[in-house]
Amino acid sequence: MSTIVVDYDAGNLRSVETALGHLGADFTVTDDPDVVRRASRIVFPGVGDGAHAMRVLADRGLVDAMHDGFRRGVPILGICVGCQIVLDRTEEHDAVCLGLIPGVARRFMFEDRAGGLNDRRLKIPHMGWNQVAARPGHWLLDGVADGSSFYFVHSYYPDPASGADAIAHTDYGITFASAIERDNLVAVQFHPEKSGPVGLRVLANFLERR
Amino acid sequence: MLEKRVIVCLDVRDGKTTKGVKFAGNVDIGDPVEMAARYYEDGVDELVFYDITASAEGRGIMIDVVRRVAQRIFIPFCVGGGIGSVDDMRAVLLAGAEKVSLNSQAVRDPSIITDGAMRFGNQAIVLAMDALADPAMPSGYRVVINGGRVPTELDALEWARKAVELGAGEIVVNSIDADGTRDGYELTITRLLADGVGVPVVASGGAGVPQHLVDVFDHGHADAALVASMVHYGDYSIESIKKHVAAAGIPVRRSL
Repeated sequence: MSTIVVDYDAGNLRSVETALGHLGADFTVTDDPDVVRRASRIVFPGVGDGAHAMRVLADRGLVDAMHDGFRRGVPILGICVGCQIVLDRTEEHDAVCLGLIPGVARRFMFEDRAGGLNDRRLKIPHMGWNQVAARPGHWLLDGVADGSSFYFVHSYYPDPASGADAIAHTDYGITFASAIERDNLVAVQFHPEKSGPVGLRVLANFLERR
Repeated sequence: MLEKRVIVCLDVRDGKTTKGVKFAGNVDIGDPVEMAARYYEDGVDELVFYDITASAEGRGIMIDVVRRVAQRIFIPFCVGGGIGSVDDMRAVLLAGAEKVSLNSQAVRDPSIITDGAMRFGNQAIVLAMDALADPAMPSGYRVVINGGRVPTELDALEWARKAVELGAGEIVVNSIDADGTRDGYELTITRLLADGVGVPVVASGGAGVPQHLVDVFDHGHADAALVASMVHYGDYSIESIKKHVAAAGIPVRRSL
């Protein structure tokens, strides 16, 4: 029984490792699809370009391994780009993604005064600390005070097809799903590994998930 | 709503935190790793380490500092100073930093911004600039390099826009006129840049009391503010600064 962190060159791989190590987790970092297939818990990090991330996953044979993990029902945690590419598609270079949760990762667009849409009203990337309003009583944010802030840095956001898959929301010009969940897969747009004590708590909650 | 960030800046020389006034007369004030851990506990949103060591030997010490900081704090931090190549960037990012800050080197060779952004993403590349009021420039501010000693022909606003075009994901503007004075941030240049570019702008230089942060968020339109002296010498805690800023109706992260 092992926790693995999927290595697909994600920019926050080291930070995730450091945070998991700080929590005393026993884990392995791997890019080997066979090791992912034997995992009993999967952390799927991510920073950077979603389309590039999908290419690296495909090159390393990790796409099927992720599907396999989802089907086997092991707890999976996606982070940032790892929250976007579990959807069907990303608008970032219009790439096909893993399709584990129906939906699309969309580029931030804001309504202007004339009713048109553009990406200029607020700064992009959405970078900094922002409040996460979670579904009351959800296990992922157990022990985290309501309205706590987490660290975000992203230009695309998860837009699940079903509102029922959104377990937390955050406001940045629009209200978007900052955490999504379907079955054994939970994914967060923020960076728990860089969100101080509340972020560590989220990671600990995931590590305790059965 | 996105919160305004309070960032502590630590100047590091030969592995020790140091602080100078108007770029001169530096004195050692502590161990950067211990200081980082203390500010983390106190609720700082982010940290910036500027390596002001010139030697190659100091460079190695800095990487070790970055590595040890990453083990202790679980918030974003940035490293600047002496970064002249993609390899230098890779070294500090692999050691655990989220961002690298480029200053004089980016003026001498702007392509380093693009190279870094292509390799590590825009969010990892911060363009820091030292600006000096100069009525001869179109925006009224001139970019100076080499720790504020060498004036360039660059206009501060034009350079900020150019840097964003090249791939910078954040701009830090340090006013040389205000640096170390504790008289408050230079609001005019901060607002010019904050309104003039599409990426976050961090105000730097001059903070002395918590009201200065309120001013630079309200009137300077800054997305984040750097503090140094006002917390390094124990005059204020991060918590007390944030309490003051929050009381003014500005959203900041508080521990709940």
